[in-house]
Amino acid sequence: MAHILLRHREIDELHKLDVYTDHGGYEGLKICLQNHTPEAVIELVKTANIRGRGGAGFPAGIKWSFIPKDAEQTYVVINADESETGTFKDRELLEGNPHQVIEGALIAAYAVRAQLIYCYFRGEFMDSAYNFEQALKDAYANNLVGENILGSDFTCHFYSSYGAGAYICGEETALLASLAGDIGQPWSKPPFPAQAGLYGKPTVVNNVETLANVPPVIVNGAEWYLEIGTGDSPGPKIVCLSGHVKRPGNYEVPMGITYRELIFGEEYGGGILGDKGFKALLPSGGSGPVVTENALDAPLTFDGLKPFDSLMGSASCIVMDEDTDMVWATLKMIKFFEHESCGKCTPCREGTFWLERVLEDVYRGRGTQKDIALLENVAKNMQGRCLCALGEFATSPILSTLIHFLDEYKAKVTVAPSTNGADGSTRQREAAPVA
Amino acid sequence: MTDLVTLTIDGIELTVPKGTYVVDAAKRVNIDIPVFCHHPKMEPVGMCRMCLVEIGTPVRDRSTGEVVLNEEGAPQINFGKGLQTGCTVPVSEGMVVRTNTDVVTDARDDILEFLLTSHPLDCPICDKGGECPLQNLTMRHGPGASRMDFTNKAQLAKHYPLGQLIVLDRERCIQCARCIRFQDEIVDDPVLAFHNRGRYLQIVTNSEPGFDSIFSGNTTDICPVGALTTTDFRFAARPWEMTPVASICTHCPVGCNTTLSTRPEAAAGGRTVIKRVMPRQNEMVNEIWMCDKGRFVHHYADAPDRLTQPLVRKNGELVESSWDEALELVARRLQEHKDSVAGLSGDRLSNEDMFLFQRLFREGLDSPNIDQAQARLGGGDVVAQVGLSHGSNLAGLGKGDAILVVASDMHQEAPVWWLRVKQAIDRGAQLVLLNARPTRLDKFATHILPYAPGGAVEQTHRLLNAARVALDGEEADPLQAASVTLVQARHLVAFYGGEGLTLDQTEALARVLANLLLLKNDEGVNHAGRANNGLVAIWPHNNTQGAWDMGIRPDAGPGYQPLDEPGMDAAQIYDAVSSGNLRALYVMGADPIGDELMADRGQLDFLVVQELFLTATAREADVVLPARSWAEREGTFTTGERRVQRFYPAIPVVGESLSDWQILARLGEQLGLGKPPYAAGLVFRDIAQAVPQYEGMSFRELARVEEQWPRVGDDDLYYGGTSYDNKSGIGLQWPSAADNTDASVEMYELTPPAGAPAAGTPEPPGESLMAIPITVLYRSGTLIDHSKVLSTRIIPPSLLLHPADAARYDVQHGDMVTVEVAGRSVRLAAYLDADNGVRELALLRGALLPPGVAIAPLQIVDVEKQAAPVEVQTVPG
Repeated sequence: MAHILLRHREIDELHKLDVYTDHGGYEGLKICLQNHTPEAVIELVKTANIRGRGGAGFPAGIKWSFIPKDAEQTYVVINADESETGTFKDRELLEGNPHQVIEGALIAAYAVRAQLIYCYFRGEFMDSAYNFEQALKDAYANNLVGENILGSDFTCHFYSSYGAGAYICGEETALLASLAGDIGQPWSKPPFPAQAGLYGKPTVVNNVETLANVPPVIVNGAEWYLEIGTGDSPGPKIVCLSGHVKRPGNYEVPMGITYRELIFGEEYGGGILGDKGFKALLPSGGSGPVVTENALDAPLTFDGLKPFDSLMGSASCIVMDEDTDMVWATLKMIKFFEHESCGKCTPCREGTFWLERVLEDVYRGRGTQKDIALLENVAKNMQGRCLCALGEFATSPILSTLIHFLDEYKAKVTVAPSTNGADGSTRQREAAPVA
Repeated sequence: MTDLVTLTIDGIELTVPKGTYVVDAAKRVNIDIPVFCHHPKMEPVGMCRMCLVEIGTPVRDRSTGEVVLNEEGAPQINFGKGLQTGCTVPVSEGMVVRTNTDVVTDARDDILEFLLTSHPLDCPICDKGGECPLQNLTMRHGPGASRMDFTNKAQLAKHYPLGQLIVLDRERCIQCARCIRFQDEIVDDPVLAFHNRGRYLQIVTNSEPGFDSIFSGNTTDICPVGALTTTDFRFAARPWEMTPVASICTHCPVGCNTTLSTRPEAAAGGRTVIKRVMPRQNEMVNEIWMCDKGRFVHHYADAPDRLTQPLVRKNGELVESSWDEALELVARRLQEHKDSVAGLSGDRLSNEDMFLFQRLFREGLDSPNIDQAQARLGGGDVVAQVGLSHGSNLAGLGKGDAILVVASDMHQEAPVWWLRVKQAIDRGAQLVLLNARPTRLDKFATHILPYAPGGAVEQTHRLLNAARVALDGEEADPLQAASVTLVQARHLVAFYGGEGLTLDQTEALARVLANLLLLKNDEGVNHAGRANNGLVAIWPHNNTQGAWDMGIRPDAGPGYQPLDEPGMDAAQIYDAVSSGNLRALYVMGADPIGDELMADRGQLDFLVVQELFLTATAREADVVLPARSWAEREGTFTTGERRVQRFYPAIPVVGESLSDWQILARLGEQLGLGKPPYAAGLVFRDIAQAVPQYEGMSFRELARVEEQWPRVGDDDLYYGGTSYDNKSGIGLQWPSAADNTDASVEMYELTPPAGAPAAGTPEPPGESLMAIPITVLYRSGTLIDHSKVLSTRIIPPSLLLHPADAARYDVQHGDMVTVEVAGRSVRLAAYLDADNGVRELALLRGALLPPGVAIAPLQIVDVEKQAAPVEVQTVPG
């Protein structure tokens, strides 16, 4: 299949404006400006059912339609704070095919009558951001961005902003708070960004990949788009494949292929590294529940893993082979969430900290049978009580591995409960640092 | 069109205003949804997750919008997937809330367990223990034992000073952000912030000096745990050991309602002392807030240098005597000098004191020579005519209303009024500001009309003239635009102060403002005689209003009743003291020698001083009578909003001191005024008869309370903070003349007419600078100097200069400069500030000009460079 998003893999130097325009670039924007009202653009995107690629899968057209038509000031924000564990798709788009993202954002801005687009980059994406800004400069120079774009009434400017290394700033309200100069903490919705977002104004926040899907839809139409992928998950999806596979990397796939194809197919993962056995898959980085062998024939769609109590999310597939210590892997993820919890709401702040402490004990052989029950209970107590999704996500590695790999946990705590750990060490640990 | 919403909470149907949050609605029907981060005075954030409840809304048919009914004909309710935070969800029509189901209880149990995982178990030594919402809720929802391994707890700093006044215990903090939000939303001092994230999310201060805000103490009240404590009260007592006594703050005209927490103290030899001062809820006056000065200044009441015995001068020395001896002496000597006697009263004393003071002179001695020792702000008669109308509440001002502030730095002169004006502006009220210099209100003003120093009356007069011809719509001229705002405002409250103005000028200013308020708009409506309209003087002291009401003036008796033959005013009295035209002087609660109003006792034959401390004046007296402080007695004060409020005795009497009114009553007995009343309430009964404005008031009426909203201070401390319930009275506001008879209040004839320069405006400075003293909250003085914690915040005498002026004199920030101003030489630290300074104007902070001089040319005669710049406090937050 020819790439729709990762087109730079076929076309050399696509990040250059002239190359991009030679290959149909900015045609979508032109079509919108010349032929479509903003409402028609929203309608088209709705029909094509472009679902959010950041993980939640919320239809972009519907999101755009929430912006009040008579709003004095609206914003479009590009969420380029790609921080989910095992996700690296937006980075490639920003570096290889930046104009498609710019074009998509401009179309979104046109649709919601925004005159300002903010691009919020993950702080570590210095190269990607540099690349993107070069592309933006060229676009400005050619009146594709700025005042009266391509001679139309449509004026739109870009501003770039950089995160400071916080996973939570990928959450849209935390991103907006950070963008406005406040501490990167999410706020309780409502108000939704479409009602009161950046600086209290109606705001659309879209993922980089979502926006990259927009221009081809404008050019080729909704029908064309709906033919790719499945009924409720149309279009292409970039999958970030990593872990114990022979050929890790980004793969643009039509939604609907199975996870087995993805991991073992010759054109994708090519099988498990060292031809070992497959053990587990994290289909959505650290945020989605882990699945096992029996889920591999599920389709890679937004809801394909529902029967297995998991989800596609941002499609960052981390593959683990038969030798993986699942308690260790879970501890890695919990440490991530404990480190990345913003601390705003009680269950996430205290829960992730607590889980990490107990799991560390279990992993180090200092835990007891009771600690396993405690892990499950603490994680369950967090569910449904957190302010944003991060806290919910943090529970999924624990709860799903407890279901699938309980034996591994039990093996770590087989020693009789005592204050001494399996390795003979006492249950002493370094005190948390005093601030 | 309905602004009310009907919903059901735990089966109880109720109707509340639209926009009410579920937790607040529940409170109306006595259902307590536990909260930590939510505070009824602040925007909700939904962080602590303690208020999770089941919230359902009626299912509506998509096509018709009609409510879908179930089989029983009742609306079908959709409860959604999970629990929702009651603090962030506004009520909606037909909403059903469940707060007592197992799911909700489980959620509370779990959130509480989370909060306690790393919370220290130091309740036995925690200041909040006993009045701690976390402790209370732990009793109801908490686990008996912790499942968190002790060694796994986060260990954090236990004594982290955020500033000189407030200490943070980071282990106790539950990250509710109430303090951060209070500083940001309520008082616009965003000096606190979160730092770091996750379990290491912590409160930090980002100001220098730390936690630089004059309202910082309030954060310790609303902190739902013992994380924030004041350096004054920290580890000083347990809440249950203390007796709360209702009182009134005595340090500015706002009259914040307070609670004095008292306890017998070993260090004081078993004497009961004030341990802390807390705000007491009065939504008409201070809501639940107070400033740090009011909170921390109380230590003078327990000071060891208080006067405890009457002192009588014998052989040139003041020696202790009995009351009988001292009073007999005073009565006899005053009688002797009946024809040449005068009385000066301070304006901090209670109404009862001042009422008996004037009665002693007018009836006991037939002397009309009474005045305030140091009147700094005129216009009391004008306020009596068009003062803030009966039933007003600054909290009632909002969209469509306007506030006018002239010649005052309200933030420093009346902090809680500033706070409430700021809130009114947040609600949409417009502010018109007339000042000679920038103040903390500038950023909130719709129109700023600055004037040259001394030009307040002229500028206000111009505004009045503009208002007379004000047209509709947008005006280009700022004066015109401001006048349109004022005239068209639904409600208008005008505040005035006396910064840089002489007493006469302030009187003139009050009249101009009265005319502005009385000006009718197109619809024939003016801004007097209706609630939330009128004039407010920002008096220099807590009971200056009462001094006017009680007739502490030579030309009118109690209740503004003019006298046919006025006596000597203060200035004439001071002249007479030095010239020998006055034989005897009675000074009550004032220090004219210390305040440089009198050089010495002059030619006086007899000087009696009634005081708390041995002031400069007292040291020269023949008899010194020890008075009780406000904390040891009862009485009433009248606020600048003319609200008469009661205060109560809280601590035992110091030595043999007597209440001022008791002393005066006993003297009165000796001067033939009959048996002394035995209670302040009886004096007040006489006041209510003599002062028409106080008609119908009594101690009982003043002690009346009504339910206030939001309800705080009940048993559920977690709701509003440790602000005490008001059980002892919210006071009564007396009606202005405009309230009683609308038509009879006439406009004043103004002199000089518009355009002519106001009298007393000095010449432009030329080579020298003009200097005006400005009020700072923390200025060194007899009372404040007794407070150890506030001593760190006192602003040293300093000179605030605009950098451009400073450059002309080669003055740098932190230099010590010697200046000559109004005939005296003063050494001051230079403070350079482009934002708060004004060109060609030198602002004297914590330094005064001689009495009666409001503005004077200033010369810099010497600049001493400092090796290390003198540390000068910032313009305090």
